[in-house]
Amino acid sequence: MTEDQVKQIVIDIINEIAPDEDTTDLKPEVNLRDQMDLDSMDFLDIVMELRKQHGIEVPEEDYPQLASLDSCGAYLTPMFNAK
Amino acid sequence: MKQHYETVIIGAGMAGLAAGIRLALAGKEVIILERHNASGGLNSFYSQDGRKFDVGLHAMTNYVPKGTKGTPLTKLLRQLRIPYEALDLCPQNSSRIHFPGCQLRFNNDFALFESEIAAAFPKQIDGFRALAEEVRTLDAFNLGAIPSSARAAVQRHITDPLLEDMLFCPVMYYGSAQEHDMDYGQFAIMFRSLFFEGFARPLDGVRVIIKLLQDKYRSLGGVRKMKCGIRQIQSQDGKASAVVLDNGSVITADTILSTAGAVETARLCTDQPADAGADNIGQLSFTETITVFDKQPADFGWDDTIIFFNTAERFRYARVEPDRLVDPTSGVICFPNNYQYGEGRQLEEGFLRVTAMANHDAWCALDEDTYRAQKTHWYDKLQQVTLGLLPEAKLKLDTHRIASDMFTPRTVRKYTGHLNGAIYGAPGKIKDGRTHLDNLFLAGTDQGFLGIVGAMLSGISMANLHVLQGG
Repeated sequence: MTEDQVKQIVIDIINEIAPDEDTTDLKPEVNLRDQMDLDSMDFLDIVMELRKQHGIEVPEEDYPQLASLDSCGAYLTPMFNAK
Repeated sequence: MKQHYETVIIGAGMAGLAAGIRLALAGKEVIILERHNASGGLNSFYSQDGRKFDVGLHAMTNYVPKGTKGTPLTKLLRQLRIPYEALDLCPQNSSRIHFPGCQLRFNNDFALFESEIAAAFPKQIDGFRALAEEVRTLDAFNLGAIPSSARAAVQRHITDPLLEDMLFCPVMYYGSAQEHDMDYGQFAIMFRSLFFEGFARPLDGVRVIIKLLQDKYRSLGGVRKMKCGIRQIQSQDGKASAVVLDNGSVITADTILSTAGAVETARLCTDQPADAGADNIGQLSFTETITVFDKQPADFGWDDTIIFFNTAERFRYARVEPDRLVDPTSGVICFPNNYQYGEGRQLEEGFLRVTAMANHDAWCALDEDTYRAQKTHWYDKLQQVTLGLLPEAKLKLDTHRIASDMFTPRTVRKYTGHLNGAIYGAPGKIKDGRTHLDNLFLAGTDQGFLGIVGAMLSGISMANLHVLQGG
């Protein structure tokens, strides 16, 4: 799986948990929280869906790795490919 | 019934159902146990002669239009994955605070309230604006240098005791478990939910919200058992190990989330004395009269949604004196018809609800006949007070009254299990939800978020913090 595919998975999850946010023009290098109205409760949901839908476990100390789409791609892609 | 769950939730009120949805969303095995046969807890409904009555809900506070970012309602809907439209929230007409010689109107646009205060209290308006700004930006959970007494905090900006009391009246009536004063953080949360956000209601009342939560929870595979009261919480080595139901069966759990109240929960624990928490029992209970008309309130000339009233020289928010059953000098009048339900939508019958503070012990000490006689007496008395505050009725009340009912602190105690029938629970709130046992947590009223939206957020945040994030 490529980093772009993983980023798309994250965008799909955001669309699902926060349907009122516009995800069409997200800048991959910018923090998600600076571009959308997401709080820590929403990040908990992103982690929850990664586990439920894809069996990926993100430990709490690694939550900062999910800050931007780029960092999500870099952090999660090896986990997806190791499955 | 299965005998082990990852989480047991005690109580199917707003907090318990919302917590259940969060846990079920995360794929946890969760069961909600409720003593009564209806969900909703403090915000429920009942039927009498084929007519449905709401209890609790006058207005849902925290109303904001769809998509308003960063507000409690928007966060809550997202966390529960419920679409905004499903709540059928219809905004209020307008409400007022009615004190001797002074009235302040407000609606869901803060500018109206501000202009009313500017007109009635020209010398106080700068102080009021400073207070409003402070309340708007306050981190309600981390006050730092600001006094935790809301009275002291408000008096830094407002010097006229009449205006001070008029601000406290609605805020206290919609959620203070403390007498005379309240925590400033709590005041800020309530002030925002009433005045910056606002009031709304679904046409069919609180059951719309309860049904939505129940259906969502069920669709996610959550289990809910009604008529399953908890008799005991057993523990071992500082951890809760099991709950014993009224029928004697035992359910074990990794985590227990209790919405029964702080003291009520402690007293279920077998390692606690029967009188645990005696210094933190709520003292404030209420009575409410409900009158049904075959006409709309507007036909009588009554257009307000809610009226918070006080007829005494100073507003007194405290337990009713021992020798009295009801304190009729202050209260809340509500017309559930007076919301903007949209073209062609309206409740078929007219409703008038009046709430006042009442004395739990005095009501519970009455024998059955006296209890009924006193209900009749106080129903009449509260109607009389109400009519004195409303514009003169254009129609004859007695001709158009088709039903009435009244509940007392005894009723509240019976259906919610709250000690003293204290609607808003214990005066000392436990904001992190922790108890003396490692894996037993509180949610709901005694965690400290009040109102329907607050209760749901309480369930969500306690489920997130203590179960989903692992504490």
